[in-house]
Amino acid sequence: MIKLVQNEMMKLIAKKRLLVIAAIIAVLVALFTYAQYKQVETQRHKLGTNDWRTILQQQIIDTQNRLSSSRISDDWKKQLKVGLQQQQYYLDHNINPSEPGAPTFMRMFLENSIDLFLPLMVMVIASDLVSSEHSLGSIKLLLTRPVRRWKVLLSKYITLCLSISLIVAITGIISYLISGMVFGYKGWGAPVLTGFNVTNQGLGTESVKLLDQWQFLLMDFGLVWFVAIVVGTLSFMLSVLIRSTAAGMGVMLAALISGAILSNMVSSWNSAKYLFMVNLRLTDYMKGTAPPIEGMTLSFSLAVLLVWWAAALAVAFWVFTKRDVY
Amino acid sequence: MEKTTLSVRNLKKTIGKKEIIKGISFDLKEGEVFGFLGPNGAGKTTTIRMLVGLIKPTSGSVEIGGYNIENHFFEAMKNLGCIVENPELYPYLSGWDNLLHFVRMLDDVGEERITEVTQLVGLTDRIHDKVKTYSLGMRQRLGIAQALLGRPKVLILDEPTNGLDPAGIREMRQFIRFLAESEGLSVLVSSHLLSEIQLLCDRVAIISKGKVIRTDTVEHLLSNREQLIWSFEPFEKGKEILSSLTKTEDSGDGFIRTEYESEKAALWNKQLVDAGVKVTEMNRKLPALEDLFLELTGGDKID
Repeated sequence: MIKLVQNEMMKLIAKKRLLVIAAIIAVLVALFTYAQYKQVETQRHKLGTNDWRTILQQQIIDTQNRLSSSRISDDWKKQLKVGLQQQQYYLDHNINPSEPGAPTFMRMFLENSIDLFLPLMVMVIASDLVSSEHSLGSIKLLLTRPVRRWKVLLSKYITLCLSISLIVAITGIISYLISGMVFGYKGWGAPVLTGFNVTNQGLGTESVKLLDQWQFLLMDFGLVWFVAIVVGTLSFMLSVLIRSTAAGMGVMLAALISGAILSNMVSSWNSAKYLFMVNLRLTDYMKGTAPPIEGMTLSFSLAVLLVWWAAALAVAFWVFTKRDVY
Repeated sequence: MEKTTLSVRNLKKTIGKKEIIKGISFDLKEGEVFGFLGPNGAGKTTTIRMLVGLIKPTSGSVEIGGYNIENHFFEAMKNLGCIVENPELYPYLSGWDNLLHFVRMLDDVGEERITEVTQLVGLTDRIHDKVKTYSLGMRQRLGIAQALLGRPKVLILDEPTNGLDPAGIREMRQFIRFLAESEGLSVLVSSHLLSEIQLLCDRVAIISKGKVIRTDTVEHLLSNREQLIWSFEPFEKGKEILSSLTKTEDSGDGFIRTEYESEKAALWNKQLVDAGVKVTEMNRKLPALEDLFLELTGGDKID
């Protein structure tokens, strides 16, 4: 089995996919870093101060002004209220929610890339792992060896999991290194609050815990990795089912994008919470923002994703071992 | 008695409602080159894909080296090397890495075997170049090299000379004969080119519309069909006499065809001469497999 995984890794490296992904991540991180830097700059310019309390206070006043406007929808209003209460809580407890530094940037980058950007990177690898063998025709050579088909597929799946872990690690390292050049490399021990309880009434703060930033980041990374594995497995299944890489990618991309759009408009369609696409923003639960649909919690989303993962894996293996190859 | 290395029994495949392969049976013996001949769409490739385990047969059995491919996939595959259609190797890897890839999929083969097969197919100079820089002939040879890695008893080659130039075809032919004669492999070669099969194979199965029409040695198939072509004066009288002696066929351009049998030919000739018919031409014709093929398949169109 190790030899088979070695084979898959050899092919993956020869295709230079991981390098391309690393390059894309580096470019994006650089862009985000610059954008972030500009934002801080303008804010400081506007308020004329560098004190985070003043800035936070100003943000709270801004949000309150927006809330008093009658032209915004109820959903949005709820979201804003939760955010407002959270900011107030941070201010009351004298904790800076965005302590400047590379770790904070990493956290922000992870939170923003978990539902679209990282899954996209994972797709680049997952979606042609099997279908490229079909389009190349090498599947015929691969399956006429004294190796059972499920082993061939398992070696590919293990390779996928390894590359996903690698991508997540690369994301962490690159975002730390690049953003650190601008924001500084400190801030691992900064306090972060988690465990906000978002309900209909607003924000519950009974179970709020104080974590060090590195602890919080570790959990974030775990969640990001989990999401990446689930999305990777789904694209992997599509790669088995659909022989064309482009078609498989298209389907998966459509699902991911529809997830991003749906999250903003499904609050009244309750059963949509069983779709995997709206459950991808796991890190939001850590941060404590209102979920897209009433009643969604971290454990609920994890369970939904787990079911999708298991189903996709079962389908992939079943089809791959049974199907005639032409 | 030679050993049977590949045995196919009543193989059938139904796709949808259409029966594509309608019961194919044949045996391969050690050290022989077996031709699988049929027009495009006759079911050659589908059959071959069933032999190598890519397609599951609807019914029937395939045994390679005595192992049933469904129940003992692992053992059966150890005895098999194959190229199905074109040898589609990984173009972004070097020839060596391609072979290494397939060596890793075998249990008991080491890297020294790569050097061996590379020498065997004569690719030593270019083995570390990327496959995308290879010519078609070199890819074909690398394909054979990968098929030989596991020291198989049976080699299945689907259209091995496809796309090769005349020199390449000759080289390939010699190489396949060498493998069968010196290494004792059984080689199954499929082709729609009759001349190819005629030159290369010991035995042939002619298949059409998913059925084996005939299996025999090449010599046998041909010698049975040797013909004698007659021309004489006066034509009508000669034809009458000859028809009373054997089955004749008027080819319409002043020639009569009969079967060729060495003893009877002289006898018939004598009788014609005795009756005052002047025999102007007696021509023995060795038919090409081509005629036989067209005859057997009825000029087969794919339906």
